[in-house]
Order: sequence, then C-alpha cells, then structure tokens
Amino acid sequence: MTKELSFEERFQAYVDGENKVEPKHWMPEAYRKTLIRQISQHGHSEVVGMLPEANWITRAPSLRRKVALLAKVQDEAGHGLYLYSAAETLGADRQNLVEDLLSGKAKYSSIFNYPTPTWADIGAIGWLVDGAAIANQVMLCRTSYGPYARAMVKICKEESFHQRQGYEIMMSLAKGTPEQKQMAQDALNRWWWPSLMMFGPTDDLSPNSAQSMKWKIKRKSNDELRQEFIDKTIPQADYLNLTIPDKDLKWNEERGHHDHGEINWEEFYNVIKGRGKCNKQRLAARNKAHDEGEWVREAANAYAQKQADRKRKQKGAA
Amino acid sequence: MSNKDNWKIWEVFIRSRNGLSHKHVGSLHAPDAEMAIKNARDVYTRRSEGINIWVVPSDEITASNPDESEPLFTPADDKVYRHPTFYDIPDEIGHM
Repeated sequence: MTKELSFEERFQAYVDGENKVEPKHWMPEAYRKTLIRQISQHGHSEVVGMLPEANWITRAPSLRRKVALLAKVQDEAGHGLYLYSAAETLGADRQNLVEDLLSGKAKYSSIFNYPTPTWADIGAIGWLVDGAAIANQVMLCRTSYGPYARAMVKICKEESFHQRQGYEIMMSLAKGTPEQKQMAQDALNRWWWPSLMMFGPTDDLSPNSAQSMKWKIKRKSNDELRQEFIDKTIPQADYLNLTIPDKDLKWNEERGHHDHGEINWEEFYNVIKGRGKCNKQRLAARNKAHDEGEWVREAANAYAQKQADRKRKQKGAA
Repeated sequence: MSNKDNWKIWEVFIRSRNGLSHKHVGSLHAPDAEMAIKNARDVYTRRSEGINIWVVPSDEITASNPDESEPLFTPADDKVYRHPTFYDIPDEIGHM
C-alpha cells in the first residue's frame, strides 16, 4: 500500500526535484516565514548599505568617480525595492517591513555598521563587501522561491559593475603615492575581517542553515561561500600588491583551498547586538531620510487624489 | 495618511524593443498610474532595458489557481494531433 504523502512531504519532493515555488503555491508556514525574514533583511541591507557610501558622494575625487558612486548608490535603492517586492509576494506588508527597519526591530547586514573614514574605504567596500555579497547572491539565483531567485538574477547583473568600480579605485590608490598605497592597505585591513563575517557563523554554529539547505533556499553553506570568497580574493590582493591582514593565511595543498586565521566572532556578535561603531548613526540617518521624505509622499497622495477626483467629475459631466 | 498610505501595488511590464512583447519584470508601489510609470522607469530601466512600459494594478489581475492546473492544462497533453510531427509526410515533399 502506498502511503498518502502529506503536504509537507509533497512540497519537499517538489523542491528536491529542482522545481521553483511560486507565490500562490502551497508552502509550509515556516518556509514562508523564513523567506520573509531573509528577503526583508536582505532588502534592508541594500537600503542601509547606501549610507556608508553616500557619505562620500560629495567628496569623490573626480567626476568619473562621482557619477559611478551615484549610480551605485541608486542601484542599491533599486535592489532594496526588488527585494521588498519579492517579500510582498509572500504576503508581507511593505509598510510593516519599513517600520520594522526604522524602529530597529528588523536586522540588516552588520557590515554596514562599520565607518568609512577615507576614500579608500569606498574602494574596499566595492571590492570586498560587494564581492562577498555577490558570492552569496550568485548562489541565491538558484534559490527555490521563484520571485527571490528572479530578483537575484537582476541584482547580480548589476552588482558586477559595483565590484569592478571598487577594484578600480583600489588599483588607482595602490599604484599611487606611498601615502595613497597606505590608504588602500589600511582600508583592506579594516574591511577584510568584517567581509569574512558577512557569510555568517561557521556551519557548526549556524542553527537555521540545515533547514534552509533542505528547502533549497540556501544552496551552499556559510563556510563554503566564505572559502570561495577567500580563494577568489587572494590573487586580486596580490595583483594590487597589498597584504591581507591574516598571518595564518596559506595555501593548503591537500584541501586545494587557502586556510585562514581565526575570525573574531565576539566582534561579530557585538555588532549584531547593536554595539558596532555606526549602528545608532545608521538608524538615525535612515529615520531622518524617511521623515524628511514625508512631504513627498503626502504631495504624491494629494496629487493622485486630485487627479482621481477630476476624472470622476469629468465622467459625471459626460 | 502618509505613513499608512494606501499606495497600490502595480505590476510592471516592459517592452525591451519594438518587435517584442511586453514582459513582466516585477512590481512597485505608487499612488497612481502616472507615478507608477515614473517609478518603473527608475526601478526597472536604469540600463536601457526598455522602450515602453505598462503598469497594471496588481489587484486587477486575475490569475488561474495553481491547485487547478492539472484539470486546466493536462487535457492538452494527450492531444498530440495538434502538433505537426503527428502527421507522416514523405521526405521528398520537402519542408511543410
């Protein structure tokens, strides 16, 4: 006698068959919740990610750098919107998501709680932070939830420009005066470890990963992605003649990968808990921007209302 | 009003070039159709992805129910005679 499959079992078999889940399909409540949390956090990260970089738009060293940085920051806003839209297909309410970010209830990537004291930080962010984000997002192009996967495909296409503009900044500085080269090295020193932390805790300490992998929301583990990023980035640092700030970094012939030193997880958890250098500043800036945009939203509403009234009147007269 | 505004969700369709159909690219929020087009231009065509935009309020779209896809779509599966390869035509006739 064949056993009747439960909804959950049928869903798992569907996902195991590499089929995409679409908005109106039946899905386990926990799958929906996990996705709403992950996608909205991802969206919030894009939105907050604009802040450390916007800090440098007015001080970019040339017009070429300025237009590129402006375009990049504009892209991040767009990426936030694609992601919020994907979360909405799961029944999340946009207004609630935004409110959770503004009130500090929702999380976003901790990397954006680090400061950008010099122009070289803009180079390092594009190269390393966007590089790490790309590793994660390329994987997510194959995530099991259709709208999330499609948003990722769009985002990945655009991210490549972000990383290249960052690396180009690093190249100019690394080939510049000794002071400029030092600036680049200092920025690498500041961003290397936080970039490795972006992939999240090690696999043995990442409790939700197993279920996400089973549902094919995640396709690679935190440690796998981190390793990929390290192996890819080392030759790029060599080319710049800069030194990655990890004395334990070395090629492991047997594994076919680089070994790296211990990550300071205490720092990671501290920043997550709100004790990073810029947590307060970022939220305050986000709230200020939201409040100062209120009149725009109001004006748009008033205009839409007026147009609708006018149309109704015209119809009535006809 | 502004914090709990009722900006509708609009589905966005883009024609990438003349000769091709509009294709669904995603959604966005806007208070009216005019703003929806403006927002769609900023959100979905930053890299020359399109030459024409359609916006449709999401709640105006009626979709078929995925739970009913079997009765809706499987009847077509056993109608092979709707395909040209169902018919045996000798090779010497050439392309038909």
